[in-house]
Amino acid sequence: MNETDLHFFIDSTMNYFEEITNEKASAGIPYIKDEEPVVLEYTGIIGISGKRKGSVYITTNEAMLREIAQIILGMEDIQSEDFKDLVGEIANTISGNVRQAYGSDFMISVPVVVEGKAKDIKLPDNIQSFVVPLTWKDYKSFLVVCLE
Amino acid sequence: MNKKIKLMIVDDSLIIREAIHKHLRGFNIEVVGTAEDGKIALDVFKKVDPDVVTLDITMPELDGLTVLEEMLKLKKDVKVMVVTALSDKATGLKAIKLGAKSFLPKPFTPEKLRDSFQRLLAQY
Repeated sequence: MNETDLHFFIDSTMNYFEEITNEKASAGIPYIKDEEPVVLEYTGIIGISGKRKGSVYITTNEAMLREIAQIILGMEDIQSEDFKDLVGEIANTISGNVRQAYGSDFMISVPVVVEGKAKDIKLPDNIQSFVVPLTWKDYKSFLVVCLE
Repeated sequence: MNKKIKLMIVDDSLIIREAIHKHLRGFNIEVVGTAEDGKIALDVFKKVDPDVVTLDITMPELDGLTVLEEMLKLKKDVKVMVVTALSDKATGLKAIKLGAKSFLPKPFTPEKLRDSFQRLLAQY
């Protein structure tokens, strides 16, 4: 995985926020993931197979998901199930859109969602993972890309 | 008064199903069924006999392109709009080749959804 690969995912993420919320997100300086856990309240994980192999996840907090869900649906009554659903859908959309760069043999799984602060998210040991800090409004989240 | 168009919404995300329903309210439609995976989609399709379907691709059990083929075998004049995060051209062309009448990449704005749906209905 190189810098160009990482940019495909960052661009896809930026596009998601702008298209859905009409407000840009910003990406901080990416770093290589070490032993330190990168996991917030809700995490949407996508497995990658085909031409490339690995995993991608986005992890964020309820407050950000609540605001995005309100933008999409225009309603106040949003439940825990909706947050799980939304974080999975965000991960799915970011990963699916990257096929514009890699083509259709870049296969993505349905999302797996982790609710609550897990110890960490298990990623393939033999592949380097990159963490991209994200800020949308005042909300922090992380995009983690682990691609062969 | 014109007969309402029977719409079925297929997506594994509840939020997307609700968003599609909400943003298409201004059209002369009745949502007759929803489904969160490909297998359920085919079961519901047989029961509710929709005129129009919005169909996701990446779903549990059965992917949307397989579902599309099966739906068209069951009802060849059903109008299907594929709504998917798989936004590459090859996937769009494949969907159209298989018989989808419209292809809308995610993420979509309410305006893009309504425009695509309007164009789909114009094919009626």
